Amino acid sequence: MCLGVPARVMEVTGEAATVDVGGARRDISLMLVDGVTVGDWVILHAGFAIQKLDPEEAEKTLALLREFADAPEIS
Amino acid sequence: MRLRYLDEFRDPATARAIVDRIGNTWDGPPVRLMEVCGTHTMAIARSGIRQLLSGRVTFLSGPGCPVCVTPAAYLDRAIALGKERGVILATFGDMVRVPGTRSSLERERGKGLDVRTVYSPLDAVALAEREKEKEVVFLGVGFETTTPAIAGAIVMAAETGVPNFSVLSSVRTIPGAMEILASDPETGIEGFLCPAHVSAIIGSNAYLPLAEKYAIPCVVAGFEPIDILLGTLMLLRQKTEGAARVENEYARVATREGNRKALGLVSRVFEECDAPWRGIGVLPHTGLRIANRFSSLDAQIKFGLADFGTEEHTPCRCGDILKGKISPPDCPLFGTTCTPAEPAGPCMVSGEGTCSAYFKYGVP
Repeated sequence: MCLGVPARVMEVTGEAATVDVGGARRDISLMLVDGVTVGDWVILHAGFAIQKLDPEEAEKTLALLREFADAPEIS
Repeated sequence: MRLRYLDEFRDPATARAIVDRIGNTWDGPPVRLMEVCGTHTMAIARSGIRQLLSGRVTFLSGPGCPVCVTPAAYLDRAIALGKERGVILATFGDMVRVPGTRSSLERERGKGLDVRTVYSPLDAVALAEREKEKEVVFLGVGFETTTPAIAGAIVMAAETGVPNFSVLSSVRTIPGAMEILASDPETGIEGFLCPAHVSAIIGSNAYLPLAEKYAIPCVVAGFEPIDILLGTLMLLRQKTEGAARVENEYARVATREGNRKALGLVSRVFEECDAPWRGIGVLPHTGLRIANRFSSLDAQIKFGLADFGTEEHTPCRCGDILKGKISPPDCPLFGTTCTPAEPAGPCMVSGEGTCSAYFKYGVP
């Protein structure tokens, strides 16, 4: 029940936004997060953005994963 | 279509690389890790991670499926409200098939009860605005992930004035329940895989007291297979070091402090209370009730309903399963009188319930 999906913000009108979720458009509430602008990524849950997604932090995790894949440790 | 921030965390080659590292990190007896959240339980079953890591890790499924731990009496009250007062019940789809003491929303809907499935609590407010001559009661069930959305709907209904909307609240908080499990020597938990989106709201710092007091490593992890594997590797590395830190694999979404705006809204709308957990009993300070200033939107007060009481007694062992003490196949009802088609207990009925996940994905 706690699933949330990454959504890209396409349009912001006050405390509401239109987002793109895997190609589908949805109107959501921005009541729970401050400072969301067009182009941001948010986590969408039950019609609300519940948190912003930080692309820099995502990139750090992905870099670590690439390191794992490039230098395999065979057990 | 490529799904950004999802597909990268589902890559099989990366998964193999992490599984190899897990193999090199730990070769002692299986480490007992609890995934607290039902969404993790489902992802671990669906992706085959449980089997992939068997021998290294035993995943214990925690109490983090809100649908599973909502007391039967709550559903009984909701059904009675619909039948006796003629209200429209608006609910998340997850709740529809959950058995109460005698019936479920689905069964009663078949007999004419007005039950509407909504995707967002805001949809329930909009429904009340459309159906002005009827009372609309939203079944507000969830953990920290969902509570801010319920609080948002309550504030919105209060501000715009929707007199026929109210919420039958049954929301719970996770860290207190984790603490009770951590302090129970029977569970033998050696690490917590902390929920992704609960942590997005409450922040990873919320687990610091737990890690410190009980010397149990805690790692916040996302819900994709790679997130779960990486989170598991981080827990096992702590285990080999003899450490008990809070770490965060899901830093792209969960921060240390969490979502302060959402937390502020929740503390405006709700206040702490003790809460009954189905199959477990009353856990102190793990519930939230609607604060007095919003009492006109509290269905329990509006319709003069009694508290949701404590536990019914059944041979079902969901309680021990929710505490990680036994696995679903250890329950005498599992797969015999209790199946997803005819669930006897809450862990079988919810798609994210531990028993349902074991049954559906044939976990040995």
